[in-house]
Amino acid sequence: MKSVVNDFSIHVATVNGSGSQTANNVLLRSIMQMGVPVSGKNLFPSNIAGLPTWFTIRVNEDGYIARHARNDVLVVMNPETAATDVASMGPGSLIIANDAIKFPDVPADRTVYRVPMAKLMEPITNDVKLRRLVVNMIYVGIAGQLLGIEQAEVEKALHAQLGKKPKALALNAAAVKAGYDFAAENPLAIPFRVERRDLTGGKILIDGNTAAALGSMFAGVTVVAWYPITPSSSLIEALIGYLERYRRDEKTGKATFAVVQAEDEIAAIGNVLGANWAGARAMTATSGPGISLMAEFFGYGYYAEIPAVVWDIQRVGPSTGLPTRTMQGDLSFAWGLSHGDTSFPVLLPGSVTECFEFAGTAFDLAERLQSPLLVLSDLDIGMNNWMSEPFEYPTKPWDRGKVLDEAALEKIGQFQRYGDVDGDGIPWRTLPGNRNWKGTYFTRGSGHDELARYTENTEAYVRGMDRLKKKMENARALMPQPELLETPGADVGLIAYGSSHWAVLEARDLLAKQGVKASYLRVRALPLAHSVHEFARKYARVYVVEQNRDGQLREKLLTEVPDAAARVQSVLHYDGLPIDAQSVVDGVLAHEGRTVTEGATR
Amino acid sequence: MSAPTTPPAGQPVNRVGLSRADYDGSKTTLCPGCGHNAITGGIIQAAWEAGLEPHKVAKLSGIGCSSKTPAYFLGHSHGFNSVHGRMPSIATGVSMANRELLLLGVSGDGDTASIGIGQFMHMIRRNVPAIYIVENNGVYGLTKGQFSATADLGSTRKSGEANRLMPVDLCALAIELGCGFVARSFSGDQKQLRPLLKAAFAHKGTAIIDVISPCVTFADHEGSTKSYAAVKEHDAPLHDIDYVPYFEDLSVDYEPGTTREVDMPDGSRIFLKKLDTDYDPTDLKKAWAVIHEAREEQKLITGLLYVNPKTHTFHDELRMVDAPLATLPLEQVRPPQRVLEEVMRSFAEGSAPIGAGGG
Repeated sequence: MKSVVNDFSIHVATVNGSGSQTANNVLLRSIMQMGVPVSGKNLFPSNIAGLPTWFTIRVNEDGYIARHARNDVLVVMNPETAATDVASMGPGSLIIANDAIKFPDVPADRTVYRVPMAKLMEPITNDVKLRRLVVNMIYVGIAGQLLGIEQAEVEKALHAQLGKKPKALALNAAAVKAGYDFAAENPLAIPFRVERRDLTGGKILIDGNTAAALGSMFAGVTVVAWYPITPSSSLIEALIGYLERYRRDEKTGKATFAVVQAEDEIAAIGNVLGANWAGARAMTATSGPGISLMAEFFGYGYYAEIPAVVWDIQRVGPSTGLPTRTMQGDLSFAWGLSHGDTSFPVLLPGSVTECFEFAGTAFDLAERLQSPLLVLSDLDIGMNNWMSEPFEYPTKPWDRGKVLDEAALEKIGQFQRYGDVDGDGIPWRTLPGNRNWKGTYFTRGSGHDELARYTENTEAYVRGMDRLKKKMENARALMPQPELLETPGADVGLIAYGSSHWAVLEARDLLAKQGVKASYLRVRALPLAHSVHEFARKYARVYVVEQNRDGQLREKLLTEVPDAAARVQSVLHYDGLPIDAQSVVDGVLAHEGRTVTEGATR
Repeated sequence: MSAPTTPPAGQPVNRVGLSRADYDGSKTTLCPGCGHNAITGGIIQAAWEAGLEPHKVAKLSGIGCSSKTPAYFLGHSHGFNSVHGRMPSIATGVSMANRELLLLGVSGDGDTASIGIGQFMHMIRRNVPAIYIVENNGVYGLTKGQFSATADLGSTRKSGEANRLMPVDLCALAIELGCGFVARSFSGDQKQLRPLLKAAFAHKGTAIIDVISPCVTFADHEGSTKSYAAVKEHDAPLHDIDYVPYFEDLSVDYEPGTTREVDMPDGSRIFLKKLDTDYDPTDLKKAWAVIHEAREEQKLITGLLYVNPKTHTFHDELRMVDAPLATLPLEQVRPPQRVLEEVMRSFAEGSAPIGAGGG
């Protein structure tokens, strides 16, 4: 048997609300503690309890952390989906099953390992409810023993999570041990092994929403408005947790922040615009249905030039769509939100680290550009666990943009709220509370001139709209610039953004093995940097990899670089699962007219 | 500072040294005779008499004839004419960012009772410190006279078509939602409106003033229950109102039993002089009863319907630092490096709370 060391995926099929999350995280962490890179993805239903849910752990010592299309080890804990789960496993795979669960026989080249979980739970607790929760730790112990995960690391991971709850810790530790002991007494030769490496030292494991919450706190957010919606709620809930802990004075009980749970997303963006107008750093987080509702206020913010930071943790649309699945479907909509001519700065974080960093960048740019700004994350980055270097403390001061205070107003002649006094399309603003009457103005979404006076004058309207366009044109250079990985001799260019990044990185290496040399450009913001145009023109064949049906970034790119239209194609993945490298490879090879090689990703 | 300017000699100034003209705005563009213009005048006069500092006021509105009016008063205050029906959400945001601003919101019956009814209700629920004036004429003026949701049963449009739908009573709704200052008035009764406005300025939470304000173009005909003639005929004030601000050290001498006094948190006092009956505006159940009786009797009761100066406000709930959040320096809102290090450690060890998701 050829052994497969540190390169396989474990797929755990359970029932939503059954308490499997702790078990899966312990499994994930214990492998990481052995120095082997991992990623964990939760595929869950729009449901609180009872529906099927899956957790996939990818173990890969080369550091590839995108989802892998093929699973090598399956843990069967859900009778409802057992038959299809088992049928999805390929030759050579291992199936660990609770022996109480029945499913059809599998071909002989799959190994089924049945575990009497109920029996193993009997000596651990008599409480039926606890048995149901703690039984998950049995498969942790089984997998640990069979795959060579050191028991001490599992215990350490368990202690880290449950150390503050001694009773729960003892029960769960007993179940882990029962799993280890059973598998030791009933050994099985399998190819998959975890072997200790030194590749994860000092790394953290975190989800993008928590990273964004932390980034926002350190960026100095003061006002938070939100309306609960999956998959964005955890961002705000994490933020509230951190703010309450680190931004409320212990002695006085007074806070340097304010949070409001709004009545809907329209109110949430209204709160944010009102607070930013009055000088706060205000933000909200939502998902597709939320930005649909916010559209009118976005147009207001664009035209009246008010900063706002809005995180859109994208999920599958249109409409309610698949609320707990991932997608990059909001790019076109975000860019041109609201009626009339508009365009918005958009940030596209590709990692948890960027979720942390862009939280501050978002405020700086929204205030610099005096515009609502969207950060398009997605469910995959936002809610799944990603390995990362620890985040770096922001050392740069914040950029509050062009604000005239009382002293500054003293020095100028007339205050022009919407005048292009610096020639960069960005006007100066004042904040309410300013004592200098020179700075007073009336904010409106109706036609206005440079002095913020109501007007229907056609020339004043055109001047204002042209300045706004100029402002966004200049924004190309202010936004985070693309990340470029050039390959000497490449005639293929790959373009991707957001959570697709990890699958594309891996796909690029796989393509190289197939003889396809590809340079790679990761877009990090809209409006597009000029270097994206150059990249699209430079390569003979360019593939834009996206997680949507319509190739939204490609479409955007081609409106700006129409001369490249014949050379730029889409590679798309839009089934709601996180994108994997093989589908990128297959898509590129198909365009290249090459045969797809089976199993190329092992 | 470039302003306030020294007022022209001979012009009276208020306690902050400003003349009445310092509270003017730009010229109105509404129809001559519009009730809204009278309310604008009332706001200017009340703000001057109360000695509001213009830079500490933020004027907010939605969309409609009424929502245009903040441009016509307090020209030295920042203004925010927002989108239709959403002024309360803007007010809520401004209030969080700068707790020192006095928020003066103006809306209409279309802006409030239809498209904005949700935000209206939630602003009251939260008790956001703000004055919310509804300039209520029962019609959509800017779109030429369609019924609004406050049109009374049987009231007619100019075409003669009668409203068959129940009206939304914004005062009853506000009281139901726990509002601590609910008044109804008439644009033509400045003697009543001004003290109500000044009392509202002193209120700590949301203050709702529903002002019947006839639309001279689309609702001033016979058959309209919100015409000047109808309002004058049915107007039934609950009391005569005097307002004595905290900075005026007046000893007030009323005959015992004729007057009720309401003390505001800042030391200002509201005096309600009894008319036909003795109305107690601190009695919630009485307020409900009087609104329902008035509807049955087709009377327009005006005055201070309900007051509770000691409500739990949005600011009480938020427990913010004293300085406006908008003014906090970076070092006060960016926790030190050791905090990030502590948090990062928890994610390296695995002791941080598990991220959201199913399972």
